[in-house]
Amino acid sequence: MKPKISISLTQKRSLLGLLFIAPWLIGFLFLFAGPLAQSIRFSFSKLMVSPQGYELQNVGWSNFHDALFVDANFNRILTESVGGMAVDVPLILFFSLFSAVLLNQKFRGRGLARAIFFLPVILASGAIAAAESSGLINLVGNSEVAEQLGQASSQFNVRSMVMILSQAGFPIGFIDYIVEAVMRIYEIISNSGVQILIFLAALQSVPGNLYEVAKIEGATAYETFWKVTFPMVSPLILTNIIYTIIDSFADSPVTQMIYETAFKTQNFGLSAAMAWLYTIVVSLLLVVMGYIVARKTFYHN
Amino acid sequence: MASNLKLADRSHLKILKNLQDLNDVTNHNRLNRVKNKSLEGLWSVCRFLLIIGITFVILYPLLMKFSVAFKAKEDIYNPTIYMIPVHVTLDNFKLGLDLLDYWPLLLNTMLYVFVTMVLTTMSTALAGYGFARFQFPGSNLLFGLVVLTILIPMSTLMVPMYLHFRNFDVLGLVQLFTGKEGVNLLNSFWPSVITSATATGLKAGLFIYIFRQFFRGLPKEIEEAALIDGAGGIKTFFTIMLPNAIPPLITVMLFSFVWQYNDTFYTSLFMSESALMPLKVASLPADASQFLPTLMGLDASAKADPNHVALIVDTGILLAILPLIVLYLFVQRHFVESVERTGVVG
Repeated sequence: MKPKISISLTQKRSLLGLLFIAPWLIGFLFLFAGPLAQSIRFSFSKLMVSPQGYELQNVGWSNFHDALFVDANFNRILTESVGGMAVDVPLILFFSLFSAVLLNQKFRGRGLARAIFFLPVILASGAIAAAESSGLINLVGNSEVAEQLGQASSQFNVRSMVMILSQAGFPIGFIDYIVEAVMRIYEIISNSGVQILIFLAALQSVPGNLYEVAKIEGATAYETFWKVTFPMVSPLILTNIIYTIIDSFADSPVTQMIYETAFKTQNFGLSAAMAWLYTIVVSLLLVVMGYIVARKTFYHN
Repeated sequence: MASNLKLADRSHLKILKNLQDLNDVTNHNRLNRVKNKSLEGLWSVCRFLLIIGITFVILYPLLMKFSVAFKAKEDIYNPTIYMIPVHVTLDNFKLGLDLLDYWPLLLNTMLYVFVTMVLTTMSTALAGYGFARFQFPGSNLLFGLVVLTILIPMSTLMVPMYLHFRNFDVLGLVQLFTGKEGVNLLNSFWPSVITSATATGLKAGLFIYIFRQFFRGLPKEIEEAALIDGAGGIKTFFTIMLPNAIPPLITVMLFSFVWQYNDTFYTSLFMSESALMPLKVASLPADASQFLPTLMGLDASAKADPNHVALIVDTGILLAILPLIVLYLFVQRHFVESVERTGVVG
């Protein structure tokens, strides 16, 4: 007779749970944790691809040294990209919250307006952007001219706007920011589809009786927004910040550079080091943002 | 007596005063209402203008592409044309279809995207349910690791993954049995099939998160009822939980489909030589300027007119996004509703 293995219900449940996450766990171990560890090793090594696989040669910190102090472009691209991220995040947040509030109101043609506002989620594609910009390059034969042309075509008279704002007494940094925002309105709109969706869902989940109370107490729409709506959706602000940042990885110039270092110049070690530097900088940014925002957030429950 | 009268008088006066106050209040209210109404009207005009403006910004590039796609070659240098072409033609579409080798390309891409979508949805739904409803040692830690997979940029894992799939070998099993060094899976569907079946593909962590949030929000009683009626855990999941999880299923399927269709990172990493829409579109400008003269029946050494190339490229881009737009027309209603009901928020 075989000894009967008896397990308790709790144990059975936890085994079942493990069974459910098994596909993910396998994937995580072999396709995430493994490569992650390998990537750390690569960043400290010189990697040579051979027909049988690859060979590693330990070089210590030299890849990191090369990325930071030898490579002519990496520092600049990294700071530009992270700086751009920091500029974009508030703009996207502001625009998406604004649009969500707008789309949450009742008016004729709301369905159509919503459908159009979410269109960029579908159409945001790196391939299309690449084809479009190279189409312009084709047209004028030079990428720099194409870039200028691309800007010029979207340009209305910026100078007049700057004049008005500076005469109104705004500080020059603020004017720069606003002008920048207006110039890149298309990118901002097309990058905030998912964020609008998240905010809209949050707005729908605000209990209606809160608005009723506000109305009975005689609050104006403006007060209601800041005292009811905003605190209730504020937990989602952090979610949206994180989403905006991780969404920008895909077409960030840093990612592009890491890709090219690996597969065009075949310098896999340097590429891994760059990738890790990028990861560290972005995580720092996330932690700082998360800390600041989480302190200010109002949690209803 | 007199004092009584005085009192009555006073109370009378008080009532009168109250009445007057009330009158004032109603007057005030009426004024307020008029003010509110006109403010509301003003706001709805503003809102209308804002929405029209933003809609225009979003639709303008698309409208331009449509206008360009129907434009004949003769109209390129006509400066008087804005949006609506004088010579309407379908030649651009013909050339674009030829250059992209469109129908086989679309079929292949659709197959690829569909397979990865189904596998991603399956694996992430299972994992999401596992994390939502089961307590096992380290379950919170493991879920923390899911969040980590969302946060780490994919460029960090790029090189190891590439090498991994170039010589694919799980725990050295292939080498053990065949003595070879592993299989090269690049330029096949396999890398994507494997990553999506194990919930490590494109944004899979996010999908696991969506499913977990939804399943946590479902009442526990339905499962308990199923358990008492004798259904096992796996049967409960497939017959009870999954049919109730339509909103997150739609959300995840839609996003997975769209992102997979548009993705250039993984496709150019693993399948750089395959016929897939994003890759073809990205290389379309180069292809167009190279092959256009031949397609036009000119000498192969002739140089293509760059403006004409731009025309064809725009048409090609339109052809590439047209399937998505058609799809979107059908599902856009679910798009908003399902995200709202997914409970990402709660």
